[in-house]
Amino acid sequence: MRGVRKAFGPVQALAGVDLEVRPGEVHALIGENGAGKSTLMKVLSGAHRADAGSMQLDGSDYRPSGPLDARAHGVAMIYQELTLAPHLSVLENIWLGREKRGRFGRMDRKAMRPAVEAALERLEHPDIRPETLVSALSTGARQLVEVARALVGEAKVLVMDEPTSSLSRKDTERLFQVVQRLREDGVSVIYISHFLEEVEEIADRFTVLRDGETVGSGVIGEVEIERIIEMMVGRSLDEVFPQVPHEAGGVALRAQGLRGPRLLEDASFELRAGEIFGIAGLVGAGRTELLRVLQGLVPATGGRFEYLAAAKTPSGLLSEDRKEEGLAINLSLGENLTLGHAQPLLQGPWLSHARRRSLTQTWIDELAVRCAGPDQPIGDLSGGNQQKIAFARLLHAGVPVLLLDEPTRGVDVGSKVEIYRLMGKLAAQGKALLVVSSYLPELLGVCDRIAVMHRGVLGPARPVAECTEHGLLEEATRGVGEVLAATETAR
Amino acid sequence: MNASTRSSLPLWPAIRPIAGPLLGLLLVLGLFWFLEPDAFLSARNLRTVSVQTVIVGLGAIGMTFVIASGGIDLSIGSVIALASVVAAAVAKAGYDPMLCAMAGVATGAVCGLVNGLVIARLGVIPFIATLGMMGVARGVAKWLASEQKIDAPAGWLENLMSKAEDYRILGLPQAVWLTLLLAILLGLVLRHTVLGSHTLAIGSNEDTARLCGVRVGRTKIWIYVLCGIFGGLAGVMTFGRLTVGDPTTAIGEELDVIAAVVIGGASLAGGEGRIAGSILGALLMAFLANGCNLTGVPNYVQEILIGVIIVAAVAVDRYRHRTMEA
Repeated sequence: MRGVRKAFGPVQALAGVDLEVRPGEVHALIGENGAGKSTLMKVLSGAHRADAGSMQLDGSDYRPSGPLDARAHGVAMIYQELTLAPHLSVLENIWLGREKRGRFGRMDRKAMRPAVEAALERLEHPDIRPETLVSALSTGARQLVEVARALVGEAKVLVMDEPTSSLSRKDTERLFQVVQRLREDGVSVIYISHFLEEVEEIADRFTVLRDGETVGSGVIGEVEIERIIEMMVGRSLDEVFPQVPHEAGGVALRAQGLRGPRLLEDASFELRAGEIFGIAGLVGAGRTELLRVLQGLVPATGGRFEYLAAAKTPSGLLSEDRKEEGLAINLSLGENLTLGHAQPLLQGPWLSHARRRSLTQTWIDELAVRCAGPDQPIGDLSGGNQQKIAFARLLHAGVPVLLLDEPTRGVDVGSKVEIYRLMGKLAAQGKALLVVSSYLPELLGVCDRIAVMHRGVLGPARPVAECTEHGLLEEATRGVGEVLAATETAR
Repeated sequence: MNASTRSSLPLWPAIRPIAGPLLGLLLVLGLFWFLEPDAFLSARNLRTVSVQTVIVGLGAIGMTFVIASGGIDLSIGSVIALASVVAAAVAKAGYDPMLCAMAGVATGAVCGLVNGLVIARLGVIPFIATLGMMGVARGVAKWLASEQKIDAPAGWLENLMSKAEDYRILGLPQAVWLTLLLAILLGLVLRHTVLGSHTLAIGSNEDTARLCGVRVGRTKIWIYVLCGIFGGLAGVMTFGRLTVGDPTTAIGEELDVIAAVVIGGASLAGGEGRIAGSILGALLMAFLANGCNLTGVPNYVQEILIGVIIVAAVAVDRYRHRTMEA
């Protein structure tokens, strides 16, 4: 791939990327969230078309017209977000788009079954039945189905986009064995991750992306990890996590044996004013559910929680899903900011647009939001600037407790640093921050205390000085082996 | 219910997905059987109800595909009227009934094709695209018929819908058997063909289907053509029953068809839907209407009841989903 470019509206996702992958190697593609890794791979696998640049596969020009064409060329992709149809069975999902047909377009399930079973066997999960509906599978099992989909059919290049983000340690190791075997078969694997430990373990060479550009590449083991991290973030580590001194005060939120209807089993903790409290854990461990119960979006089915701060609205939630839930993407910055707390704008029964504008402008200046003005639709902004407005909404509402779900997801490094600094400043102002993040360095960099959630149970909180990335990961994944194959509960 | 009681029911796996509408239908049957024991379950009345179900039932077969794909077709009532007018016009010109039927079905297919093209190629959402077709098809029907009914000999098409003894097979009118046959056939298509699988995949997760190389646009076009064909067929049956092509027939019928599919357990969000359920839904509504007539319950009560049943069916379905997720 040479000089590949891709823009979405005003956002330049790829600004000239070079990538070279050799046959039979595992090539790590490294970069922060929003660096353009996923976009680059979507271009490679035919889901997006590049605006400029060229690609070659086995010496000849390669321009996939779509995902099916890419697959015909031997390029298969495992996406980061699960891309399964929940209403279809495992088998139907694995063969979706290239089913074997009998007469009259009949689904020839019998002919498709052996390959599915072989793939699941290869992943050492013959316990997943081909006819089970995907909606009845656990997250980990779904990820494996996704891998199985890529294995069925001949792949010359296999792209794995953070395939382990929801896998247990045991499943991750199994996956690595599969990757090894594929490499021995001469398959090129492009492995996307921001877990550098994983990359060291599995990859032969690496390429680092930052802000849509290639900033370096090399052989794993020849370059120090610290150097790779600096390539990723474009600055030294001290600069990434600016420390704002703050001190914990009285208890702001207390939860005791909290249970939720779905994933949350048992959470007890105390959150103090002026404290940043981190919650680590795997995707699907129940962290988001905890925040949603605390915000009152989901009723608690057991246990208690109470806000001790005296405020009409004690808490505010920053959603992990900015596009779908966090923001009303078609509305303006001002409308988004004052959504849910329009009292200050009222003049009798009327909303004052002038007041909204001036109020929004204050926050734009305060948080250094890069935008055209308060009336701009928020969808035009970059992820980082959107997130600042989402933060500003909580601050505008004046809540004493902030529940932050993946606060820097899809945010560029520059904005991340600003958000970290903001979080520190808020703690210094006496706000209480509960932060859920899947990015461990972030939790270690900004939190005062961290607890790990594992299968709905929140572990004990520890001062950050006692935590290591390895230790947290260990705690988050311990004994998750049998998570799989939770076959349909209703059957 | 626990696993043991379930396994003791041999047909349970086949029945489970349509247990809701089946239970609803049995309730309605039981209620009116209790109120009107002689008339309600008489062979004569069953024949009446079965014929009354044909038109909504045929529409519901096509609509199940549309709704399972996450779409909606509001034009089906108008398409039924247009197809009946076209069939009548062809009959009036002296052509063979077979040709009338084919003309009616083709009319429906063309309407469906236009719907599909507008949705898949112009990117207009199904609600709007088919709302447009609802007006266009109705207008064209009135135009073709010069805003009058077209009186024409329906030939053996009339016999299809006839309850007279000479035209019955095993006690039921021919059209009822035709509907049942098509329901079984299309039920197999939905569950056991690539087209059916792709329909559910698009309804379940359209982006995924596209990523996996499903030709989403083309599949959608087929789905709307299919729905149009069934609308056309329902129109031909309407012509057979009335022996006139009436441009003002089937006004609001699209809502009955959608209601049947929804009562049958399909989700308007897509990914779910069963032909058997939809047919049960259509039967439920037909029996309810019939039972109300027999017992002298006024029309407005019937409308209220149908409204309540639709909402209740969906509410029960939502509740079941929530408990399944927990």
